Amino acid sequence: MDLLEYQGKQLFARHGIPVPDGRPARTVQEAVAAAQEIGYPCAIKAQVQIGGRGKLGGIKIAHNAEEASEYAHAILGMDIRGLTVYEVWIEGASEIAAEYYASVVFDRSAKASLVMLSTKGGMDIEQVADESPEAIARLYVDPLLGFQDFHGRRLAFEAGVADDVVRPVAALLAKLYEAFVTEEATLLEVNPLIVTPQREVKALDAKVTLDGNALFRHPDNAQLRDRSAEDPQEQMAKERGLNYVKLDGNIGILANGAGLSMSTLDVVKGAGGEPANFLDAGGGSKAEAITQSVEVILSDGNVRAVLFNIFGGITRCDEVAKGLIEAFAQIRPQVPFVVRLDGTNGEEGRAMLVEADLPNVYIEPTMDGAAAKVVELAGQT
Amino acid sequence: MSVLVDENTRLCTSGITGREGTFHTLRNRDYGTRVVAGVTPAKGGQDVDGIPVFNTFHEAVEREGANTAMIFVPPRFAADSILEAEDAGIELIIAITEGIPAHDELRVYNVLKKNARARLIGPNCPGILSPGKANVGIIPAAFFKRGNVGVVSRSGTLTYQIGNELAQSGLGNSSIVGLGGDPVPGSDFIDIIGLFEDDPETELIVMCGEIGGDAEERAAAFIGEHVTKPVVGYIAGFTAPPGKTMGHAGAIVSGSRGTAAAKAEALEEQDVRVGRTPTEVAEIAIQILGASV
Repeated sequence: MDLLEYQGKQLFARHGIPVPDGRPARTVQEAVAAAQEIGYPCAIKAQVQIGGRGKLGGIKIAHNAEEASEYAHAILGMDIRGLTVYEVWIEGASEIAAEYYASVVFDRSAKASLVMLSTKGGMDIEQVADESPEAIARLYVDPLLGFQDFHGRRLAFEAGVADDVVRPVAALLAKLYEAFVTEEATLLEVNPLIVTPQREVKALDAKVTLDGNALFRHPDNAQLRDRSAEDPQEQMAKERGLNYVKLDGNIGILANGAGLSMSTLDVVKGAGGEPANFLDAGGGSKAEAITQSVEVILSDGNVRAVLFNIFGGITRCDEVAKGLIEAFAQIRPQVPFVVRLDGTNGEEGRAMLVEADLPNVYIEPTMDGAAAKVVELAGQT
Repeated sequence: MSVLVDENTRLCTSGITGREGTFHTLRNRDYGTRVVAGVTPAKGGQDVDGIPVFNTFHEAVEREGANTAMIFVPPRFAADSILEAEDAGIELIIAITEGIPAHDELRVYNVLKKNARARLIGPNCPGILSPGKANVGIIPAAFFKRGNVGVVSRSGTLTYQIGNELAQSGLGNSSIVGLGGDPVPGSDFIDIIGLFEDDPETELIVMCGEIGGDAEERAAAFIGEHVTKPVVGYIAGFTAPPGKTMGHAGAIVSGSRGTAAAKAEALEEQDVRVGRTPTEVAEIAIQILGASV
């Protein structure tokens, strides 16, 4: 789960990581009131998860109430690369003497957390890593030992941060690691981490990804929302407990298991089609889940044809057939369906579909054949 | 021969009294797996269709000589259960549970690595099947038969798809090992491919990868250096968009890393033939084995 900048900064603040004073606002009035409290100049920042929002007009510096009102008005509701701005974050403008970069990432390859620090902040860190990898100090933390004070000092000296801020930077890294473990994050990134002319060290940005599987231990974090990133179909699927990802094409897909679902998208694309979604109906899907899946797939108006690709293991093909027949009774789909049912109770499932004689449903014996058929049908409608 | 599970397996299921735990444990026993015990705290002394239930793994090991654990408890209890099994001296732990927090997995992985006495398969995996010998987990055994193709995979259903195509062409399997779809699996391709390389019954290895992480790239390097048997690869997720988790917690393209194209390329550089569809994987396997017969 990715947090908005302000949600990340509030999380940082709870762990004693210095951030500029700020307030979130959802309306122009709230924004102006927040700006008055914080004082001028202050930054008005669009809360969307997209890089380069400043260049796209999503960050403005207000010097008085009139400007605060004008900018909040312009930014709230604006569209930044397809995302609508529902919230802004008002924070005191910071003076910058130096820009650093700090992060803690869950490194699945090393099976350890990786702490990184660089004095080349404010830039894309992947670009820094490509162009001057030596400019990034890295340290893998043994999860059984944790982050020690000397780790922080070592990183700070290695990265070449100014001598007078080695201690505050090292202290910030220790808090960042503590927040990473306590909140069960998979990424905490501060870019830039600034040093002010008064030699204060502050997190000027916050990028936070939390582990969705751990949210049951963090009920407050589970409440955090980003309305701008919520797709209506994905929201609908989430409420039904389905594993759905919206894509841009016109062929609705339902398969069982993450691997087979991904593979189905690849095979459809290989046959010349464009998938409209990823949907993993999961292991042991019952008829009801199948019916709900059809509902979610068809709620996307772009869908011209639907492919069911099921290889039943724990999932029984007769349950899938039952769910599809029920979906036809409830929803009366207007687009053709191609169904490939194989595996556990495959014969029973196929026989049920033949008997139900659903309009516009084509049964195909193989995955590749089914993909070719659905691409053909989507092209006709 | 086969790898990891066989006639010598003495299985103990954690969470045996739960609905899923009971169902799959009995299914494994019906297949022929020697199931010797179950563990559910505070239900010690009961039995599940004749299988004795203990309060702790330690009792299951002492009383019944359990040497393999299957973890079926809910995600919030799973890390603890794996650590208990390891502490009790179980050598092979197969974790089926899906949705274990990533930091729990990290801790478990590092404890097991440090102690170096147990192997973990999974979590979030379908288990291991050695056709004709033992089945531990949720793999539907009916689609597989005994043979000389070793399969190692991050995905369950994809394995069934490929296994079924092989079986229809008359090919069987030495063992099928599901690594699971999580970011920190206890075992990786390298570990299992190494076992298949040493297994006399295995003549060809099929590895099914997917987007995310770099396990396939590392496997490619390992194959280049250490593997003499032919390997056929498959990677799911060529068309997956970056930044979206595709069903498995570990299946995500982050930035330019973890793409299917990069993985396929790494494998092909080591002369591993990569099928573009599951059907093609089976066809390549048949060609290779057909040629060597």
